[in-house]
Amino acid sequence: AGHGGTNAGQSGSAGPPAPERVLFPPTFSVSEIKNKQRRHFMFLRWKQQQRKEKLAAKKKRRKEREALGDKAPPKAIPKTIENQRVYDETTVDPNDEEVAFDEATDEFAPYFNRQTVPKILITTSDRPRGRTVRFCEQLATVIPNSHVYYRRGLALKRIIPQCIARDFTDLIVINEDRKIPNGLVLSHLPDGPTAHFRMSSVRLRKEIKRKGKEPTQHVPEVILNNFTTRLGHSVGRMFASLFPHDPQFIGRQVATFHNQRDYIFFRFHRYIFKSEKKVGIQELGPRFTLKLRSLQKGTFDSKFGEYEWIHKRREMDTSRRKFHL
Amino acid sequence: QVVWSMLGNRQFCSYKMTTKTQNFCRNEYNLTGLCNRSSCPLANSQYATIREEKGRCYLYMKTIERAAFPRRLWERVLLNKNYEKALEQIDENLIYWPRFIRHKCKQRFTKITQYLIRIRKLTLKRQRKLVPLRRKIERRERRREEKALIAAQLDNAIEKELLERLKQDTYGDIYNFPIHAFDKALQQQDAESESESDAEREEEDDEDVDKREFVEAEDSDLSDFEDMDKLETSSEEEQEEEEEVEKTASHSKSKGKTPLKGPARRKRPYIEIEYEEETEQTTKTKAA
Repeated sequence: AGHGGTNAGQSGSAGPPAPERVLFPPTFSVSEIKNKQRRHFMFLRWKQQQRKEKLAAKKKRRKEREALGDKAPPKAIPKTIENQRVYDETTVDPNDEEVAFDEATDEFAPYFNRQTVPKILITTSDRPRGRTVRFCEQLATVIPNSHVYYRRGLALKRIIPQCIARDFTDLIVINEDRKIPNGLVLSHLPDGPTAHFRMSSVRLRKEIKRKGKEPTQHVPEVILNNFTTRLGHSVGRMFASLFPHDPQFIGRQVATFHNQRDYIFFRFHRYIFKSEKKVGIQELGPRFTLKLRSLQKGTFDSKFGEYEWIHKRREMDTSRRKFHL
Repeated sequence: QVVWSMLGNRQFCSYKMTTKTQNFCRNEYNLTGLCNRSSCPLANSQYATIREEKGRCYLYMKTIERAAFPRRLWERVLLNKNYEKALEQIDENLIYWPRFIRHKCKQRFTKITQYLIRIRKLTLKRQRKLVPLRRKIERRERRREEKALIAAQLDNAIEKELLERLKQDTYGDIYNFPIHAFDKALQQQDAESESESDAEREEEDDEDVDKREFVEAEDSDLSDFEDMDKLETSSEEEQEEEEEVEKTASHSKSKGKTPLKGPARRKRPYIEIEYEEETEQTTKTKAA
């Protein structure tokens, strides 16, 4: 009874190609046909028809728009998660004086005033396995003026005063689990904030496709993208303070920290300007993504430290449109 | 004796565990842990053990007289924290007891104190805290990261940022892409008449020759970073690359690969350049 509306002459599973306009009566539903082959065929035809209709509607809309010319209503912007993001009240306004004042007096001020040169110590948790070791080495080539030391069972609390004595400005600890690095603790040494990240999708240099040669000794540029809130700003400044303030443009290397939906992607590229509107980039150097877990005010101290921000899963992960960095 | 012949040797003792080479006794009052005639607490009516609770060691003793009172069977003596004094205590409590039991008691006590010391030392050192991962959360985070990566469009973002910086002149004079001057020159070209443009073209040909040299030098040297001087010399000249730029742009290959050798193709139709080419190559070989 339901197939009465279909075109006469269509029978069997692989019938002749459907004509231009196939009329499906409104009560017809493809799922009512018991025969699987025929049902499949009907479904495909229905789909084709839907697509045609959609295309026709699009064309019509475009014609209307052109016909209206200037008076046409503006194009509808598709909703993305970034568009729909819950407005965070701590978003930094570029002209905010209070923020500017804060940043001029916080722990990174001497770095941004070019009084201190960053010197970085990279270490791991106990007994690092091969992958972590290699990752540390590559990270050391990426970040200029950095040294890798192995931790043979030394407590972090005892290392820190020694580092301060030897004039290090930053400490990076790469935590390891089951032979892959999975955590990063970055602490600014002379009593600066400590950030604890979870690290994921680490790719060493040999795993990156179409990579170039090794990173050279030039100081790279730094790009920090999308750090909008106050928290994001402080984390961004932490990252910026890892690299010396005067990039050597001759080296044409750039390190990028891109924040997207609370995930910070790190990439290291070599760029070349082919023309003034076109640039080519070539990836060299390791890549990894970080997710901020906690930010502590002083140096690393898990028990008595004063936490500025901790990621609390129950409170903070409730909305899909809410991000903190 | 009777007990042993009944339980221990032949029939079933619930504390007994057998493995391929040994019999073990799971009884908590057992002194050595093996299932023997001499170290079974059930079979011996006079028995003593050392046990420790919460870091303190006790000496437990069992005598024949109390065999009828199971509740008061085991007598407990708290041992001194001091190792030697505790040994003396064991001796004075187990005086006149068979040598085997005394010896084994002292051995057991030694072992217990050793492991207690080790526990105390380890707790002072850093403990590794295992935090369990929640699988669902883990999966969710991974998926979100993938989506964020796709949404980020990193390459585009980086390129845009670099072009922005170029426009804002953060690179200074290194690159010969003065954009506004280029536009102005374009407009100039359009506005002028043909003869003048012909004259310009002739000049440009000469300039092209030089320019091409410079561009070539740039590209070939940029692939190995050792000769920075040539870059600087080319930047010092500060010639505007108008048509060159267009040509290289049209020949641009995929971005990820090594710097392109586009202008290399242009060498052939101009005979004049060959002369300069050779010098170029000689200088290259000298440098390399």
